Amino acid sequence: MSLTKDDIQKIATLARLQISDSEVPEYQSTLSSILNFVQQLETVETDDVSPMAHPLEMNQRLRDDVVTEADRRAEFQAQAPDTEDGLYLVPKVIE
Amino acid sequence: MHTNTLAGMLADLSASRYSCRELTQSFLERIAKYDANLNSFITVDEAGALVQAEEQDLLRAKGSHGPLSGIPIAHKDIFCTKGLKTSCGSKMLDNFVAPYDATVVSRLASAGAVVLGKTNMDEFAMGSSNENSFYGPVKNPWDETRVPGGSSGGSAAAMAARMCAAATGTDTGGSIRQPAALSGVTGIKPTYGRVSRFGMIAFASSLDQGGCFAADARGAALMLSAMSGFDPLDSTSSETQVPDYTESLGERLEGLKIGIPTQFFEDGLDERIATPVRQAAKELESQGAYCVEVALPHLSLSVPTYYVVAPAEASSNLSRFDGVRFGHRCDDPKNLNDLYCRSRGEGFGVEVKRRIMTGTYALSAGYYDAYYLKAQKTRQLISQDFENAFSDVDVLLGPTTPTPAFKIGEIVDDPVTMYLNDIFTIAVNLAGLPGMSIPCGFADGLPVGMQLIGNYFSEATLLRVAHQFQLATDWHQKIAPGYA
Repeated sequence: MSLTKDDIQKIATLARLQISDSEVPEYQSTLSSILNFVQQLETVETDDVSPMAHPLEMNQRLRDDVVTEADRRAEFQAQAPDTEDGLYLVPKVIE
Repeated sequence: MHTNTLAGMLADLSASRYSCRELTQSFLERIAKYDANLNSFITVDEAGALVQAEEQDLLRAKGSHGPLSGIPIAHKDIFCTKGLKTSCGSKMLDNFVAPYDATVVSRLASAGAVVLGKTNMDEFAMGSSNENSFYGPVKNPWDETRVPGGSSGGSAAAMAARMCAAATGTDTGGSIRQPAALSGVTGIKPTYGRVSRFGMIAFASSLDQGGCFAADARGAALMLSAMSGFDPLDSTSSETQVPDYTESLGERLEGLKIGIPTQFFEDGLDERIATPVRQAAKELESQGAYCVEVALPHLSLSVPTYYVVAPAEASSNLSRFDGVRFGHRCDDPKNLNDLYCRSRGEGFGVEVKRRIMTGTYALSAGYYDAYYLKAQKTRQLISQDFENAFSDVDVLLGPTTPTPAFKIGEIVDDPVTMYLNDIFTIAVNLAGLPGMSIPCGFADGLPVGMQLIGNYFSEATLLRVAHQFQLATDWHQKIAPGYA
């Protein structure tokens, strides 16, 4: 398993990570070696094995459908890089 | 004061040999003296700690104090603390001050613990050496050219240098047990679901579990009793009753059946590790336990399985860091996509980006079955190995790590070699079982850890075995030269 430079940029785009051209070779070599390493799983016979998503056999707990949270918008938005009138600001999306 | 155990400090505080303020002050002085060099704290809250300590002195005077009243502790910087920076070891959260406390933090506060500060860690808990921190590596007090282990390296080093009476940590693939072993302290990762994950910044949600470090098993039992329990704010929190973990510590080990996994000693395990661990098993046998060999035939699959499951979950969990609601935002974003890509590209370090990309690839269209689904199946096989073993034995015993602490910079450029450092700890997280590491000897002057693994919710048994071992040995009392 050997990833190309294009593969790295494609994965980085999917993951919304800017990777500079000078960083690509490092990720190319280490991601390839990680994928080679995990490929040993292919050799294991698992046809009759059920996938394990979680360590505990548990059902999703449900609670009554009532409001339990206080309004702390101002407090939470104090953490934000940019807000206005209770809204989070981002660059214009629709022209 | 600092060389005392947590239980010893509680006794001294109750007998008014010193006040909570004096105890806190003495730890703050040790931090001021040693930590500029060790780098185990990201944030020290001197003023806040002294205020909390004075409050505990008042509560003690009134006789209405909690079980950990006045005990100075440190929190791994992955636990949200209201009003105190929570960085998770990342540039991404360098400016983040949580608006609420993690459940672990609020429970320990109600028990009366005093928070000295927040400890250094591998960024987003991804690492086995603490070299992946935005705030720089932590030095191992036993040899300052070596790593303390990771990802809870700051908590382990702070405990080892006795800069706190106990510390919290988290363990996704060994991040409490491995640094406990490399730094020569006692550490426990309880059963998945035992300690609330609310306010504990998520890495891999089906594996993450909070736990603690202390100088001895009794200290860990006192901490864990206060930290554990059902929390409606964590959807996978267990409703299983929490025992007082200190109650059964005194029970002898007659008849205890210990499984020694043969796979833990294969492939030429470093004799400097194997010998003290086998010696520790003999000590437990001399106390009436008996050891049998057991097999964990799928153990070698645990690291590759983990490096599909954990990055996959991480790539999803870390998508919340988008530069919009909190955390780092790049300057002058051209458009929304640029804001996302540059904020994340700048805010995350190399290892975090590597894992997000590994997970993104494993979950991407056309590869899901080959990687993620396959890893979920091998996870099942690994888990079944433990189920089979625990049908016959009470606990499993083996080494915590394949080697003692390695040099800072020695393997940081080789991720797969670094990942293999967790070969003995990772399977426990995949199965969701409790595990702990306690000091059991030295290899060329560096601490060696013995790992105990228990069945689901058998923390009391692990702590009892550790405590009985520590009654007969003094490895846990050894403090790194220069820090005694």
